[in-house]
Formats: sequence, C-alpha cells, structure tokens
Amino acid sequence: MFSRCLEPLSLLLLLACVGAAAQPAPLRVCADPDNRPYSVRDESGFENRIARMMAQDLGRPLEYTWLLDRRGFVRKTMGAGLCDLIIGVPQGYAPVWTTRPYYSSAFFFVSRRDGPAPTSFTDPRLPQLRIGVQLIGIDPGTSPVGYALARHGAHNKVVGFTLTEDARPPAERMVDAVARGQLDSALVWGAQAGYFVRRSPVALRVDEAQAPPDMASLPFRFAIAMGVRKGDENLLRDANDFLARRAADIAAVLSDYGVLRTGEGQP
Amino acid sequence: MPSPMVKPASKKSRLAMLVFGWIGTVAAISAGATLAQSPGEWPMAARDYASTRYSELNQITTANVARLQPAFTFETGVQRGQEGAPVVIGSTMYLQAPYPNYLYALDLSKPGANVKWKFEPRPDAGAQGVACCDVVNRGVAYAQGKIFMNTLDAQTIAVDAETGREVWRTRLGDITKGETITMAPLVVKNKVLVGNSGSELGVRGWLTALDTATGKIAWRAYATGPDSEVLIGPNFKPYYAGDRGKDLGVTTWPPGAWKIGGGTAWGWISYDAELDLIYYGTANPGPWNAEQRPGDNKWTAGIFARRPDTGEAIWFYQYAPHDQHDYNGTNENVLLDLDIKGQRRKVLVHPDRNGYVYVIDRATGEVVSATPFVKVTTTYGIDLENGRPRLNPKMQTRMGEMTRGVCPASPGGKDWQPSAWSPRTRLLYMPHQNLCQDMTTFQASYIAGTPYLGAEVVMYPGPGGHRGVFGAWDPVAAKMAWAIPENFPVWSGALATAGDVVFYGTMEGWFKAVHAKTGALLWQFKTDSGIIGQPISYQGPDGKQYVAILSGVGGWAGAVVSKDLDVRDGSAAKGFARAMRDLPQHTTKGGRLYVFALP
Repeated sequence: MFSRCLEPLSLLLLLACVGAAAQPAPLRVCADPDNRPYSVRDESGFENRIARMMAQDLGRPLEYTWLLDRRGFVRKTMGAGLCDLIIGVPQGYAPVWTTRPYYSSAFFFVSRRDGPAPTSFTDPRLPQLRIGVQLIGIDPGTSPVGYALARHGAHNKVVGFTLTEDARPPAERMVDAVARGQLDSALVWGAQAGYFVRRSPVALRVDEAQAPPDMASLPFRFAIAMGVRKGDENLLRDANDFLARRAADIAAVLSDYGVLRTGEGQP
Repeated sequence: MPSPMVKPASKKSRLAMLVFGWIGTVAAISAGATLAQSPGEWPMAARDYASTRYSELNQITTANVARLQPAFTFETGVQRGQEGAPVVIGSTMYLQAPYPNYLYALDLSKPGANVKWKFEPRPDAGAQGVACCDVVNRGVAYAQGKIFMNTLDAQTIAVDAETGREVWRTRLGDITKGETITMAPLVVKNKVLVGNSGSELGVRGWLTALDTATGKIAWRAYATGPDSEVLIGPNFKPYYAGDRGKDLGVTTWPPGAWKIGGGTAWGWISYDAELDLIYYGTANPGPWNAEQRPGDNKWTAGIFARRPDTGEAIWFYQYAPHDQHDYNGTNENVLLDLDIKGQRRKVLVHPDRNGYVYVIDRATGEVVSATPFVKVTTTYGIDLENGRPRLNPKMQTRMGEMTRGVCPASPGGKDWQPSAWSPRTRLLYMPHQNLCQDMTTFQASYIAGTPYLGAEVVMYPGPGGHRGVFGAWDPVAAKMAWAIPENFPVWSGALATAGDVVFYGTMEGWFKAVHAKTGALLWQFKTDSGIIGQPISYQGPDGKQYVAILSGVGGWAGAVVSKDLDVRDGSAAKGFARAMRDLPQHTTKGGRLYVFALP
C-alpha cells in the first residue's frame, strides 16, 4: 500500500495516502477463537503468533474477526468484508487466493510406545486395532486417512470423532484416548498431533501416515499457506514477501508449538 | 401430452415400467384422512393429513384466472430462503419467517391484513452456523387453539393463536451438536410430531411426539440404534425380508457408528386416521463417508409407518440401503386410494430423491410400483421381489476417481418441494429438478484446522438442457401426463384447486397458474424475488378465494443468492452454487408474502 502512494497521484489519492501514512490500515485477520493450537481468542495460538509477527513486520496494527472455523467460515468473515487474511489454509484452497506455502504436514499415527503402534496402512494388524479418526461431516468430504482405513479393512474398530460432540478439538480428545489406552492409535493432523503429544502425560510416538501403494494418487500431505480474498493482489504480495523474508522466524514458531511437518515423526 | 424428457434409464427400468405401469381407473380421494374443518381454511402446511395440498375452492377457474391480481403483500422482515407455508384459520393467517423465526398473525378481515400480533421466539444465533442449507423454515401447524412452531435451534413452541402468547416451549435438540429443526410439525390427536435435521454433522435422527397441552415429550423414535430406541416391537412387520431382524439399526453399521448415523426426519409427515398410522421418511446416513460405513445403515433413507400414540413402528421400507448419493427419503408421502389393476389399493405415493415415484401399499409397506420420473443412471430399477434398488456399479463414487453422468444429482430428481394432488384430474403435480452431476472427490479443503478431501461437484442440466420441471404425474399409468420445463429447478411447492388451476413458483420469481389437465400457462405474476415457498388457497372473511405464496429465494438451490456464495467454488452448497451461477442475474434476495384474488 505504501508503494502505491509513491506512484504519480491525483490530489485525492494523495490526501488518502497522507491519511493512511498517519494511521496505517490494520491487518485484519479472520480467525477461530477456540481452536488450539492454531488460534485462540487470547492470541496464544501459533497462528496468532504468526499474525502478530506479520503485523509488526508490515508496521500495521492487528485486528481480528473471530468465528468458529466451520461451514461458511470464509464466506461469513472474509466474504462479508470483515477481515482480509486467513493465516492457515491448504495451498490451492478454492474459496481464497493462497500464498506460497510456509509449511507442509501430514497425518500421523499417534500411539503409545508400549502398545501395538501401527506405522502404515498396510500393517496387517490394522483391522484389529482400535483407531481414532476425525470425521469431517460434510458429505462426501473425508480426510484421506479415513479412506485409507476403509480401503484396508479397518471398519469395525475405527472410532470417529466429530467436531461437535465435545467442546475440545477432536485431535486433543483422540490423543487423550490413546494416552488412556482407550485407543491403540489415532490418526491426527501434524499441526495438532505434535502439540498435544508433547502435553501428554504418557510417552507417545508419532509416525507419518504415508499414502499406501494403492492410493498413491491421493494427497496425504498438504502444504499450508495463507489465504487472502480473491483479487486482493496487494495483500497477496505483502503476505508472500513476509513469508519469504521471515521464513526462519515462522519455522521457529512452528517448532515452539511442536507442529509436525512432513518427513518428521519418529518413535 | 407425454413428456419427452422422462425417459427410463435402461432396458430394465423400461421393462419395469411395462410390468408395473398398470392400466386402470382411478377413483382416488384423500382417503382415510380427516380433511380440514372448513374448505376455506388451511390448517397445516400440506392442508390435510393425506398431504394433498388440494383446495376445494373453485371461484378461481381456468376461465377467469387470467384476471388474478395482487390483493395485498406482507414483508416477513427476513431476506432469506422462504420455504414456508402460511396457514389460515378463520379470519387469521399465521406465517413463520426463516431464522430468527418470527411468527406473525395477520388479520384477514382488515383491509391489507393488519398484523394482529408478532411472536419472536429468539432462537440461539449459533443455529445459523450449523444449518446445512440456508436458515429456512417450512411452516407451522394449527390445532386446539394453538399454533405449533419449530425454531432453527431445535425448540418446539406452542403459541396461543388468539393472543400470540407463548403457552409452552420444549427444547428437543442441541445445536452445539449440529441439531436443527426446519420442518413443519404435524398435529395428530393430542400429539405434535417433530423431526430433527443435521445428518451430515453426525446428528442421530429422531421423530418426537410432544403433548399438545403441556409440551411434554411423549415418545421419541430414533432412526438408528437398538430396537428399543427405534421403537420396534412385536408389531413391527416390514414387508421385505431385508428389513426384518433384531437390532438392525445397530448391526447394519460398523460398531458404534449408528450413534452418529444420521437418518434425521426433516421432511413431511402424513397420517391415515383409519389405519391410525403416521408416515415419514428418514434422511441420508452420516457423517461417515460411504466407504467407512459398510452395511445397509438402517433405518436411514427409508420410510417408517408408526402409531401416533406410542411411536411404535409398524413397517419400514428402505429406498436407499447404504446410501452414497445423499438420496434422503424425506420427501412427501401423499395418501391416496388408487384402483390398480382392477383393485382398490390404499397406497401412498412418494416421489423420491433417487428419481423414482414409489407407489407403496400403506397398510403393509409393499412397493406396488417404482417408476423413474427423471433420467436415472445410479440404479437400473427397483427389484420388487426384495425391494432393493439395482445399483449401477459405475455410478458408485469412489475416492480419487472421477464419476461422470451421475443422475439424478445429489439434490435428487426431486427434493423437499412438496407435490399436490387433484382428485379431479387424478394427477400428482410435482415440482422437481432435472440435474445430473460429475463428481471428483479430490479438492483440498480445510475445517477447524484439518485438511480433508472435499468433493468437486459439477452439476448440469439433464436431458433437454433445463434444470427444472413442473410435471403432472399419473400414478396409475406411471407416467407424466404433461411436463413444463423450467430454466431453474422448481424449488417451490405445488397447489391444486377445484377450479382446475394449479399453482407453482419459479426461482426467477414468477408465480404461475397452469391448467390442471394440460399444463397450459393461464396466468403469471413476477414477484420481487425467486419463489421457493408453498402456495396455499383460502377463503377470506369476504367470501372470496385467495391464493398466497411467499417470495424470497434461498434454500439449498438458491443459497447462491441468499448466502452470497462464490459460484467459482465447486464445493459451495455441495456444488449446487456453481450449477446456479446465473441465478443472481435473474433475482435478488427477498422475503415477502403475496396474496392474490380476482378483482
């Protein structure tokens, strides 16, 4: 926005830019108020930390529009003109324009170290194990790991965790159930898996759930980017610049929160 | 004139039509059901227990309807999808708006119909976020001096019809778990019958009966789970063997999956007083993807006959065992007595999402015939020996594979929009869709921090190139008598009248009157917004016949306008938004009641 002010200007635009320089436009972020470890209303999530860093980097005040990240999130926040930036979405996510990705993650088997820890979908024990998986609830949307379980005979002991049955995130409940021995393993998205595993009172292991050979064409890893409103070229450019310039700082925040990235995961 | 657009999908279904398209005479009436107290009133959304939506009023005729003109209009104050039906008792009209579900009483004896009272139920705002398909409401019911209404946040409320004061309210569901209510309740004897919505979110479906006097829950019948909770007992006698057995609501699912299995009852309820049975359909299974829930997934995507006093199940039939296409069984059941093959049969006629009109013996649950009314590729017909659809294996969508030419598309050959029956023409007037779709389950999506594979759905018009049809179906001959193609899906209900004039609305906003026998367009009026409401007819205090309709586009089909969806997003409204991408060029949001009369 500052660069635009340096271009040849009409008087009207000049006045607008003088105003803008005195009070930089806020960086308006659309965020979930209750979705640890991503975003929390007290701004303690890792996406809140990245948003703060970006606002400081751009010299703009930070503002939030809070809404639970459920059906219609983009439409009701960014789409309604209330905010301009979503800190985490999959690269190529259709409702928005996405930036360059700043991390890539996968689903991980979270298991007890002393239990039958599956490490792949081709593990012959899979149908006999109690495995937790998050249900999406938007038919026919399902996480790829849900399909992989079904294709490998794991129906009867799989336990589905929905978003709405409990106030805590499904990832937290699944990791807790593994720790308590109620599940043998849970398939948890890496950004959440590492965070909750670290906080578990029981030593747990994480193993990346890689695409089984028969499902190699399906995405099991997702690159995560920022999302801006379609057509918002200025913010897209600013966000891309920020992500490139501060890549190391962002990676440090992700590490602070235990965000598991692609290729990570070890017993 | 037979419809050129209705073609059987295959040789097998053509054979089914020959075999089961009986030639016979019909002397049908809305049998067994108590009609409205007075022919001039409209006490419930479908007017009568048989769900005919037939008005005996005949002042408006094929000869004079061209002179129909607006008598008055009324703003509901909510510019969202208006799927409701007004009810009329005496000289008062009652009207419920979409969320936040205002209830109005309009005094029809006053010029321009003054607001007699307005009741604001103040539902929880969170309900807006969980309702799948716009924040619609489909109407109220009148009985015993009270209006019975449902709110989007899953409450049933009784309001004094005279004063507008709340008599009782009962919370039936939990919106934080995704449970909402959009359906119109039905009052049978001293029970208000209400079903929930929200199958996609893992809501477990139920139908609940409340005491009309106190609001106390009398019984609740679940659609999944053990027989004791489905209210299946010794008197349960389903017609087909596949529906017999102990605790099928548990055993036809992976262990425990029934607890969040869907099968909500968000559609219509009919009642046969003579057999003392209520009939209603159950919605699709959820929230597991089909591959994750092997089994028939009882008792979803089917129809129950139950005793209204106890909820006890008498029979069940499943339209879509192990549904994979969102083919809910919740569409209307019109109770008719038809002469089929020389024999008078007490049947119900049910146009299903899956593209077939079912004629079912309503005493036993036997499928008498099942005939496609749109292009169908997902099945090759219904096997009347075992009641099951013969699945086309190529149309069973698999993750990661493109499935082309799925007909009907997910909204079905016909969705919630209710048909009307005329005993004079013996035709069922069916507003419906003509949509097929290609599906790819591959698009990266994200909810609450979890990436998943969404569906890239491309819906497009079926044969003929139009997206909607208003057709007159002969349930005995099992064919369309005539059909009117419409550019957009016909998402409004239908009204049949004794003047042989049939009414419906289009999503562009035209309210149309057509000849009941021929489908010839007799009159039309362009309202402010697209029409997805339920037309009704009543006799005013002045003795004149009126026709009323709500205008205000929305619902699943019209969400592209009412919710400002992004038409470029192939997953918006499950692909329906993109199929309706040109709707914003034809209509804008609205929320207005129109009432018409002859001069």
